[in-house]
Amino acid sequence: MSDSRPDPDALLARVQRDERKEKRGRLKIFFGAAAGVGKTFAMLRAAHAQRDAGIDTVVGLVETHGRSETIAQLEDLEILPSRMVEHRGGTVREFDIDAALARKPGLLIVDELAHSNAPGSRHPKRWQDVAELLEAGISVYTSLNVQHLESLNDVVGQITGVRVWETIPDKVFDEADEVELVDLPPDELLERLAAGKVYLPEQALRAAANFFRKGNLIALRELSLRRTAQRVDAQMRDYREDHSIDRAWPVSERLLVCVGPGERSEHLVRAARRLAAGLGAEWTALYVETPDLQRLPEGERDRILRNLRLAEELGARSVTVGGGDVAREVVGYARAQNVSKIVLGKPRRRGILRRLVSSTVDRVLQGASDIDVEIIGTEARPSTLAFGLASPILDRSRTHLGVEQRPRSDKLRWPGYAGAAAITVACTLVGALMHGRFEPTNLVMVYLVGIVLVAVRFGRGPSVFASLASVAAFDFFFVPPFLTFAVSDTQYVVTFLVMLAVGLVISNLAASVRLQARIAGYREQRISALYEMSRELAGTYQVESMVRIGVQHLAEVFGSQAVILLPDPGGRVRHPAGDSIAGSLHGADLSIAQWVHDHNQAAGLGTDTLAGSDTHFVPLASPNRAVGVIGLLPANPRRLFVPEQRRLLDTFAGQIAIAIERAQLAEDARTARLQADTEELRNSLLAGISHDLRTPLASIVGASSTLAESSEQLSPAARRDLAAGIAEEARHMSEVVANVLDLARFQAGAFRLNLQWHVLDEVVGGALARSRGRLADREVKLALPADAPLVELDAVLIEQVLVNLLENAAKYTPARSTVTVAAEANPGELVVSVSDNGPGLRPGEEEQVFDKFYRGSPESATGGVGLGLAICRSIVEAHGGKIRAGRSSAGGARFSFTLPQKAAAPVLEAEE
Amino acid sequence: MTSERPVVVVIEDEPQIRRFLRTSLDAHEFTVHEAETGKQGLVECATRRPEVVVLDLGLPDMDGVELIRKLREWSEVPVVVLSARSQEADKIAALEAGADDYVVKPFGMGELVARLRVALRHSAATGEDAQSVFRAGELEVDLLNRRVRRAGADVHLTPTEYRLLVVLVKHPGKVLTQRFLLKEVWGPGYAESAHYLRIYMANLRKKLEADPAQPRHLLTETGVGYRFDAGA
Repeated sequence: MSDSRPDPDALLARVQRDERKEKRGRLKIFFGAAAGVGKTFAMLRAAHAQRDAGIDTVVGLVETHGRSETIAQLEDLEILPSRMVEHRGGTVREFDIDAALARKPGLLIVDELAHSNAPGSRHPKRWQDVAELLEAGISVYTSLNVQHLESLNDVVGQITGVRVWETIPDKVFDEADEVELVDLPPDELLERLAAGKVYLPEQALRAAANFFRKGNLIALRELSLRRTAQRVDAQMRDYREDHSIDRAWPVSERLLVCVGPGERSEHLVRAARRLAAGLGAEWTALYVETPDLQRLPEGERDRILRNLRLAEELGARSVTVGGGDVAREVVGYARAQNVSKIVLGKPRRRGILRRLVSSTVDRVLQGASDIDVEIIGTEARPSTLAFGLASPILDRSRTHLGVEQRPRSDKLRWPGYAGAAAITVACTLVGALMHGRFEPTNLVMVYLVGIVLVAVRFGRGPSVFASLASVAAFDFFFVPPFLTFAVSDTQYVVTFLVMLAVGLVISNLAASVRLQARIAGYREQRISALYEMSRELAGTYQVESMVRIGVQHLAEVFGSQAVILLPDPGGRVRHPAGDSIAGSLHGADLSIAQWVHDHNQAAGLGTDTLAGSDTHFVPLASPNRAVGVIGLLPANPRRLFVPEQRRLLDTFAGQIAIAIERAQLAEDARTARLQADTEELRNSLLAGISHDLRTPLASIVGASSTLAESSEQLSPAARRDLAAGIAEEARHMSEVVANVLDLARFQAGAFRLNLQWHVLDEVVGGALARSRGRLADREVKLALPADAPLVELDAVLIEQVLVNLLENAAKYTPARSTVTVAAEANPGELVVSVSDNGPGLRPGEEEQVFDKFYRGSPESATGGVGLGLAICRSIVEAHGGKIRAGRSSAGGARFSFTLPQKAAAPVLEAEE
Repeated sequence: MTSERPVVVVIEDEPQIRRFLRTSLDAHEFTVHEAETGKQGLVECATRRPEVVVLDLGLPDMDGVELIRKLREWSEVPVVVLSARSQEADKIAALEAGADDYVVKPFGMGELVARLRVALRHSAATGEDAQSVFRAGELEVDLLNRRVRRAGADVHLTPTEYRLLVVLVKHPGKVLTQRFLLKEVWGPGYAESAHYLRIYMANLRKKLEADPAQPRHLLTETGVGYRFDAGA
């Protein structure tokens, strides 16, 4: 048992936290209960102290509200110019984050952390600007009132009756490095207010009478003190953890809050957050996605999304699970995750109904007998109040693009009811035919068949309508007295009731089957879309085609114009070159894409960063690196931000990123190999050449200096000898150089084959003419086809091959040997060989001879760098042929090469 | 042309090469005038009235091909071009601009002097009335009677073969580009049909050369064209 040792995970988390903190700037919040307590003043005083301590201190933005004490504080501090933004006809002064990042001071003063930036700014909220500053290593001093804390926002609203719209997530407050509480007793604050020392924003002015009541101020002061105390408490806990004083905290609590649609859930989330904070517990917001999800109106679905996001902003983990029964899923999840407390809202049903149909809460209570269940009371509240903290995403995207919310399946409904009516009429006609011959109860069966048809075809509403219509029609036409709704025989009332009940049950069942099928269909679609793209991505190796495949699928699946932007080698995101693809997006904002690429975070439409853009940008990040950016311009932004679609987009992005990374890695490997090859070639060339150039140079310098300095003492014959030696060596050197240049040219791929029809004899003749000097004392035999065939080749290069082979033969055979040049024109292929009756190749040498710098007899004085055959191979392979070495019939060496002849030789009309 | 020592203008920017050309050509009984640049070369050609010009294609101030074109505007003096290996396109351009022959660097002095003498002879020949009977080794071409003989025996040539042979023998020693030959023999429409030329050349060699694979008169300049060598 080593329970006194710190938990390694906690240790690791601590180390990581410390590391992160080291690089990040430090955040200090001047925290107060209300406006006017002197936060800005305290902040500026602290800034002065820092500046005097030698810290590079700059004021980013401070609202002085014309107060002379504050202005006096500002006077000798450097102040960054503000950004002037046109907003609603006026100009608004906004904090300029780019200027701050460029200036990069040690400490930046930014007032009012909860401020909302004007539309078109990089981030909608100032706290997000501050987060980016901290990330960039700039420390920040800022100010905050208690009412702006997200988790306390509604409580403050309840106390004061004024709800503010500008809030910050508690996470920001909790993770601040320092919080200084600026406290002022309510009486003093009221005095200051009376003395006109407190500036009030216009909307607050209206509420001021209510807001600045002593009772309110006392409550707010208590809230801020308590919140600060909570923070101190948490710090204490951290300190204990850091120092392994862990006995006081045996097991951490886990809290689960169940989120549904509806405003009650928002309240529930906040309550859970307060509860979790009080317990020091981690907490999870759970939403159970039932088939009902598809049935909810869009507004409700948005609200679920909002509530989940609110929970995330308040520090929860949000989880969505799928299932049919909410209670069972909640309990199952709670058990699996070892949850200690479940938070639920009070059930709405009351009285008898609750007793008849057990609510979800009851069933959770039954199922989770061993887990604490906390039931939170709910209060009805005008929905306009809640609007202030709606997730910016949906409102923004909606208003921005002017997309109006439309009742779901509006277009489907009318035909549905018309169809239901038509089917009921048809059933009545069939009934009329059967009437008199069958019992009336059998006619009921006909109507039931009709109801089933309607339910399956048109869904629940029309089928309920059909049930009612059927009962009415049955009564009207087939129950005596006919053609009235009156009923003479009361037993028909039972028939009607049963008929209606069966009709309704059928409607429900059929409709839910239909729904399930549709949900399954959607899932199927998503999965097959993903599969389709993965399959296509796997089939290609080139980034360009991957991008094309990705764009096509993204455009199709998400109903958007899509673009995939890749960075250039310098890391700057670029528009794709080349032809555009169907569905591709042009002119995406590269600056946003660059931000997304650099920060590896989504931005643009539907996010917290630059939400004013009409394009949604998602980073393409593989586990190892940022590969690029996806830009989507959705035709209907709402469809893109449904949770399922978002998850799908993430999956798509992941797939594309991995595919592109695979291609890039392959490309990198290829480049690296090529470089290694080139390097190797260069090294061996240097090694080979330096020897083969120095030797002849030595003799040239020696011989020529002898001639120049002591010509008179030499006999004419000696002079001639020396000169001839110089000429010979120089020619040799020139050959080496020419070979090296040729080989470099071939290796670099910088030559173009000049394929033409040539007469074979002429090419051979050209080579023999050039090699005549070297072959002087060897007998050359020719065995060429008698009809001098036309062959397609690059004459200059093939002549070079033949010259090299002939000179090779001359080099490695004794004088008076026989060298044979033979050729054979086979169908589709020309075979040319050069053989001799010399000593031949050593066994095993047949492949080696074509390597660069290979020499038949390394020690001998026979000249050459050993490049000749390597050049031959390059040329022949460029023609698509093969060259090989072997033994000739005469016992010497035989080199043969093939040249494919694809086209038929042109035929000339014979004259006469 | 009556001078004992033919006058040659060497246009070459490399001082080392100029030096050895001067020394050796002097030793081979040429009167040498040198020029370092293209401009200076044109001036030398105008003032010295050379019988042959040696021109390096790579000059600092002017493209060698351009120089030939300018020179040809007022002079028919034979030009022998010095070029590097594997520059077939440059050689062809120079020949088509009006150069007579080329020598590939590095070259032996013997080779250059031989080419210069051929060029001189050639210009002397065109200077006189056209010969009616042309002899090279055992080959005899009677332009007047359109007869060709080899070792005294009549050789039967097709009209195209004969036209081709005539174009070649009228420019002995001069390298004729494929394009030039095609234009002269087949007409301007055939400039790209180089294989016609190669087939007829092969036929001519079969009829006129002792060993068609190792010809003595009808020589191939691989990648460039053909040359008729009258033989010493």
